[in-house]
Amino acid sequence: MLAALLATLPVVSMAVAELELLEAKPDLNDKASLQRGARLFVNFCVSCHSASYMRYNRIGRDLGLSDNHVRENLLFAGDKVVDKMDVAIPTGTANTWFGVPPPDLSVIARARGADWLYSYLVTFYKDDNPARPFGVNNVVFPEVAMPHVLWSQQGIPEYVTGDRPENVESDQLHALEASGEDILLHRHLVLSDGSAVEAIDRLKVVQAGIMEPGQFRKAVRDLVNFLVYLGEPAQLVRYKIGIWVLVFLAVLSVLSYSLYREYWKDVH
Amino acid sequence: MKALLTGLLEWTDARFPLTKMWNEHLAKYYAPKNFNFWYFFGSLAILALVMQILTGIWLAMHYKPSAEHAFASVEYIMREVPWGWTIRYMHSTGSSFFFVIVYLHMFRGLMYGSYKHPRELIWILGMMIFLALMAEAFFGYLLPWGQMSFWGAQVIVSLFGAVPWVGETLALWMRGDYVVSDATLNRFYSFHIVAVPLVLLGLVAAHIMALHEVGSNNPDGIEIKKNKNAEGVPQDGIPFHPYYTVKDIAGMMVFLFLFALVMFFAPDFFGWFLERANFTPADPLKTPEHIVPLWYFTPYYAILRAIPDKLTGVLAMGVAVLIFFFLPWLDRHPVKSIRYRSTLYRLALAVFAVGFVTLGYLGTQPPTPGMSELGLRLGELYFLWFLTLWVYSKDRSAKYYGRLVVVLLVLMLIGDWRRFDPSQGALMAVSALLPVGYFLVFYLLPVFRPGLNASKPVPERVT
Repeated sequence: MLAALLATLPVVSMAVAELELLEAKPDLNDKASLQRGARLFVNFCVSCHSASYMRYNRIGRDLGLSDNHVRENLLFAGDKVVDKMDVAIPTGTANTWFGVPPPDLSVIARARGADWLYSYLVTFYKDDNPARPFGVNNVVFPEVAMPHVLWSQQGIPEYVTGDRPENVESDQLHALEASGEDILLHRHLVLSDGSAVEAIDRLKVVQAGIMEPGQFRKAVRDLVNFLVYLGEPAQLVRYKIGIWVLVFLAVLSVLSYSLYREYWKDVH
Repeated sequence: MKALLTGLLEWTDARFPLTKMWNEHLAKYYAPKNFNFWYFFGSLAILALVMQILTGIWLAMHYKPSAEHAFASVEYIMREVPWGWTIRYMHSTGSSFFFVIVYLHMFRGLMYGSYKHPRELIWILGMMIFLALMAEAFFGYLLPWGQMSFWGAQVIVSLFGAVPWVGETLALWMRGDYVVSDATLNRFYSFHIVAVPLVLLGLVAAHIMALHEVGSNNPDGIEIKKNKNAEGVPQDGIPFHPYYTVKDIAGMMVFLFLFALVMFFAPDFFGWFLERANFTPADPLKTPEHIVPLWYFTPYYAILRAIPDKLTGVLAMGVAVLIFFFLPWLDRHPVKSIRYRSTLYRLALAVFAVGFVTLGYLGTQPPTPGMSELGLRLGELYFLWFLTLWVYSKDRSAKYYGRLVVVLLVLMLIGDWRRFDPSQGALMAVSALLPVGYFLVFYLLPVFRPGLNASKPVPERVT
C-alpha cells in the first residue's frame, strides 16, 4: 500500500512550476541605497504611477533627508513636502496612453514581491511587433502595457534566442540568471522523443545607455529596495521594537515560570 | 484602609454575588491537578479573544467601511496612525493564532474525550463558538477590501447560491447586492464588530459556566468528583486560583513570546496570514488566478473543491463542520482518555489529524487532478473517522465488521463509478488504496488481532 501511495506522489507534486526569479536581496538598513532608490522613483515612476498612501516628508524623515532636501530633490513643482505622492498625469490621459491606468505603487512590493519587481524591471527587451505600442516587451510580464521607462539608463536590450534542437515539443521559461553583462533565460525544452533539455536565451544590451549593465542592475536594486520600504515603512522600526518586546516577554516568561514552580511546590 | 475595603466588599456582596462568583469560578473551583500542555489552550483562547476585541476597538477608530476608502484606510492605519501598524498586525496575526489555539483546544477534547457525558453541552457550546468564530473571520476578511477579500467573499457567498430553490435569493440577501459591493462591506462590518462578537461573548460565558457546573475533564479522563474528602473537596482537585492562574500566566507569556515573534518578524507569515493578492485593491472586473481562503478554512475548502458536483460539495463541507456537534452521541465508548483506549483507536485519531492537516495544505494549492483526487480520498477518510468512533463504541462481532467492510466497499465503488473519468482511471484506482487500506486496518484488523482494539484498564485516581 505504501508503495502505491508513493506512486501517486509525482502526480501530486506536479503542480505548476514557478519561474525562478532574480534575487533582489533588499536591505532596508542601507540608507544610501534607499535614498538613491527614492531619487529614481520620483524621477522615473511618479510621473505616471501614484504612491498615494505615502507623504514626501515621511520619506524624508525615514531616510534621513531634511524637508529642504526633499523639496529640492524629490518634489515636483507645485507640490508641498506634506503632500501625498499623487500622480502627475490625469487618469483619463493615462488610459489613452496605456489602455489601463498605471497601478498605485504604495504596496506594490507587498503584492508582487521584491524579486518579481527586480526581475521585471531588468527584463524589458526590444520587440518590433507592431502590436507592441512602445516597441518593447517584457520577459516576466509578457505584453505589459508599460514602456521601458528606464531605457535611457539601461539602453536597449535585445532578445537573443539560443541554439535549439529541431524537434521541440514544449518550451518553457523556468529560471532567470544575471551573468556578466547579460540576463540569461533558462528554458526547459521537452523534445518529441520525450527527453528534456535546457536551452539558454539571453537579453543583451545592443544600444548602450547611460549606465553599464552591472551598474544598471545595481540602480534597479536600489529602486526595488525603496519600493520594499514604501510597501511598509514600519519595517524600519518593526524589527528593532520586536527585539525588545521579545526580551521583555522572555524575562516575564522566566519570572512567571518561577512563580508557577514556587506555587506548585505543595501540589503532590 | 483594610477595614474600609472589607466594608466595601461586604456592601457589594449584599447586593451582588461577587465573593460567591470569585469562589465558584476561581478560588474554590477545583480543577484536576494533572492538567498537561494541552490544557493551556482554553485560557489562551480567552486571551486571544480579549486581544482581538481590544485591537478591534482601536482599529475601528480609524478604519472606514466603504468600498471607496476601506483599502486606503488600512494603509492609513499602517502608515499614519501612531502605532497603527502594531495594532493592525496584532489583529491580523491574532486571528490566525486564535484559530491555531481553537483547533488545538478542540483536538485536546478529541484526545481526552472531553465531549462525553456529562460534558455534552460544553462541547456543543464550544462548537457554536467555533461556528461563530468562522463567521467572524469570514466577515472580517472582507474588510481590508483587497482582491482576496473581495473574491473570497464572492466565492463563499455564491456557495449559498447552490442551495436548491432559495439559493440565489439567499445569496442576494446576504450580499445586499448582485455582487459583493459597498453594501456587502457595510453589513459585514456591522456583523464583524457588533453582531458576532456579542454572540461570541455570550457563548464563551455559557461555555465556561457549563464547564464550571460539571467540572473539568483531565488527561486521564477520570471524574475527580468521584473521590472527595470529608469536606467534599475532590481529592485530586486543586483550587483553580492560585494554582492554575499562575500556571496559565506562565503559559500566556510563552504564547505571547511566540506571538510577538510572528507579529514583529513575519506578520504576513510567508503569505499564510496575510495573502499577497490582498495587497491589490478589490477589483470586481479582475478575477485572481487562484482564489484561496486563509489557512484555517482550507481543510473544508479542500473537501468542497474535491467534489465535482457543487451542491454535493457544499453539503459535504457543511456536514464536515457540523458533524462535530454529534460527537458525544457518535462516540459512546465508556473510556474517555486516549491514554486508555485501544491502539487502533489512537492510530485512527492520528490518521484523522494528519489527514486534516494535509487537507488544509491541499486547500491552498491549485486544483490539479492529482491534488483533487487526493483531496477527495482524504475527505473520505475524514468522514470515516466519525464512523470509526461509532463502530468502536462497543465490541463488535466478526460478522459485523465483515458486513461493514462489504457495505463500505460497495458504497465506495458506487461513488467512484458515478464520477468515473476514463482519463483519470489509473489515478482513481491507486488513490482508492487509501480508503481500502483504512477499511483493512480499522475494520478487519480488530477481527484478527482483537488485542489491538482492546482498551486498557482505567485507574481509580488521576496519575
